[in-house]
Amino acid sequence: MRRSRFTVASALVGALALFTLAGCTTDPSVTAPTDDAGGDTSNEEEVEWFDQALYDEQDAQRGIAPEGPEDQPWLQYIDAEFVDTSEYASDGAKKGCFANASISNPWRQTGWITFNEQLKVLQDSGAISEVETRDAQDSDDTQIADIDYFIEEGNCDFFIISPNSTAAMTPAVERACDTGKPVIVFDRGVQTDCPVTFIHPIGGFAWGIDTAEFLIEELDEGATVVALRILPGVDVLEQRWAAAEKLFDEAGIEATDYFTGADPAEIKSIISDALATGDVDGVWMDAGDGAVAAIEAFEDAGVDYPVMTGEDEMSFLRKWEETGLTGLAPVYSNFQWRTPLLAAEMIFAGEEVPSEWVLPQSPIQAGELGEWLALNEGMPDGHYAKFGGEDLPGYPTVWEDRIIP
Amino acid sequence: MTATTTERTNAEQTSFGQRLADFGRTLVSPRGAVFLLLALLLIAITVLNPNFADPGQFIRFIQRTAPVAIVAIGQYFVIVGGELDLSMGSVVTAQVVIAGNLIGDDAANSLPVLGLMLVFGALIGVVNGLVVTMLKVPSFIVTLGMMLALLGGVLFWTGGAATGNPADEFREIGRGGIRGVPVLDIIPWSVIILAVALTAAIWFGRRPFGRSIIALGDNATTARYAGMRSSLVTISTFVISSLSATVAGVLLVGYAGVHPSVGRGYEFIAITAVVLGGVVLGGGRGWVVGAAAGAFALEALFTLLNFAGVPSTYRDAVQGVIIIAAVAYAATSFGTRRRRGRSETSLRQGGEGPTDPMPDAQPAPHIPSTQRADTTPTKGGS
Repeated sequence: MRRSRFTVASALVGALALFTLAGCTTDPSVTAPTDDAGGDTSNEEEVEWFDQALYDEQDAQRGIAPEGPEDQPWLQYIDAEFVDTSEYASDGAKKGCFANASISNPWRQTGWITFNEQLKVLQDSGAISEVETRDAQDSDDTQIADIDYFIEEGNCDFFIISPNSTAAMTPAVERACDTGKPVIVFDRGVQTDCPVTFIHPIGGFAWGIDTAEFLIEELDEGATVVALRILPGVDVLEQRWAAAEKLFDEAGIEATDYFTGADPAEIKSIISDALATGDVDGVWMDAGDGAVAAIEAFEDAGVDYPVMTGEDEMSFLRKWEETGLTGLAPVYSNFQWRTPLLAAEMIFAGEEVPSEWVLPQSPIQAGELGEWLALNEGMPDGHYAKFGGEDLPGYPTVWEDRIIP
Repeated sequence: MTATTTERTNAEQTSFGQRLADFGRTLVSPRGAVFLLLALLLIAITVLNPNFADPGQFIRFIQRTAPVAIVAIGQYFVIVGGELDLSMGSVVTAQVVIAGNLIGDDAANSLPVLGLMLVFGALIGVVNGLVVTMLKVPSFIVTLGMMLALLGGVLFWTGGAATGNPADEFREIGRGGIRGVPVLDIIPWSVIILAVALTAAIWFGRRPFGRSIIALGDNATTARYAGMRSSLVTISTFVISSLSATVAGVLLVGYAGVHPSVGRGYEFIAITAVVLGGVVLGGGRGWVVGAAAGAFALEALFTLLNFAGVPSTYRDAVQGVIIIAAVAYAATSFGTRRRRGRSETSLRQGGEGPTDPMPDAQPAPHIPSTQRADTTPTKGGS
């Protein structure tokens, strides 16, 4: 009797341990599978994340000079096919409804602040009366309910949707389209082309190519690279790694990948262990969150800094400058948070917009580091250098104080 | 059996030779299994990577295990007292975020904020303990609620994203140490704090109050009949666990930095460590050193998988299976040991005498009804 009690207890603990160690499921920042590269992802059940056609397309887009206003990257576009929006043209201030996936990571928080500052400008100009926002807190179910609520009782003139995941959100986005009101999707995509415009930076493969090419160029064949990945199954992240892994393999770089959950303690332990087994020449990250912990692990071990790719988050840029390591900051353009509101303004003015609005996405190179640091001098560590809000009225205090609306 | 008849310790009656033999038995006994497992893991790591045995490397390993070991020590007191504390991980997270947000770049804030963190930690323990004892809500539910409340609070405060790291001076506690030490190169503060915590825990466990915790976990009814103020004991165990989570938070904010994911899952890792250390869920049995060793074994397992190059996609699964196997081994050998232990006892002593069948295996061998617990459920409500 006693023994069976204990066995039950052990099983319970074992189950708890599994639950914990596979713990990403409890992570509030978990994002379900997403797609940031167009509504043409038809291979949902495919385990392999590599997609040659998409890879080639994004590889090519990296080299294309974007069109549009020179000093406003959030209005620039690559490879655009314009759609006519005259059917939506109408006067007066419009009410927007924004179904947001979450603001649970510093990238989304920075963008959310920028979004609200852009909104103020458009409210002042009389284009938009208000935007009602519902935050799905990384939950597909919540976001579907949010979208349905907007359709039923939101009294919305237009919809902005930043999907939590691709497949799950598709039917809800289609229902929003069925209302006949313009729908604008940004960041991650959906599997339908019913939205008027889908706004996103080039994408994950471009990120992977930029970063891998940089490491391959800086390192010799046979060099060891530690790849720190946040979590599996999120296709915007998986595509970054799929591209990088392919290029590392081809170049003979020994890259080992680890899932970290962006937990700096875990990152530090992983790097320490890697350093204990041998030299680590490079560090590749699928997102910059936790980059500082990775660099500190090298400091604690008393070895030379690695060649490293992080992200344009200020914490990494500052540490990069401070340590003088050889680095690159890939960018998943944060300024895209301005574009949906501006697109709404254009749509109601009857101006044509790109049906797939591919924004520029260019990494910060060592040569530009000083410039970006100076531009964002008072900004907090979680701020993203290419947030693109310098001309908005709240600049810089709103971002400096990180007032999350 | 009452508490008074067991005041004499068996250790006093045992000769040195017997103690040595008992020590050998302890190693293969379930209570010693965790040390055996830890040794095996460390040997495996050293085989894969001989650098690991270098004292400088090894002390770093202890440094990074310190936070989770301290959490396991705190959890030990709660579990051995018959409860569970699921809020520890979120206390760590909350403390990390408090340190990051309130200290900021100003090192002068370090001491006041440290004080605040300790008060906050103690307060959470008191609330957990009060709800468990006064409102009679199972601790599983209370601390689960506390976990969610704290995580929600952190989410509300930070929006779920990292803020800046606190001043380097504060982070020195978890990151730095005494440098220039021969052989070791550095003695991290974490290691010293862990040593102090473990020593204090062992000492505390031998004090009457520490024994009361075990007695309470073993049989709450008996403990109350014996005149114990059980509410006070339970509340103290929750305060100990929250404070140990606070200390772990201070170390982690130094070691790793501020991120809402720091501390995530620590409550389960700590519970696993405690059970791996031979502590019985439900209370009444266990050794705090075993709990700490359990934490080291788990961290060693993580390191072993890193060194062995297990692919990232299924390393969680490998880790989980090994943990289940280890806990299951402890459970089975407990069963065997108990059956064998009973017959041995009857042979040696001609029946169930007051002497404990596993003297040194039990750091608190004189706890009432350990033997009785072999035949009846711990909380049989006698």
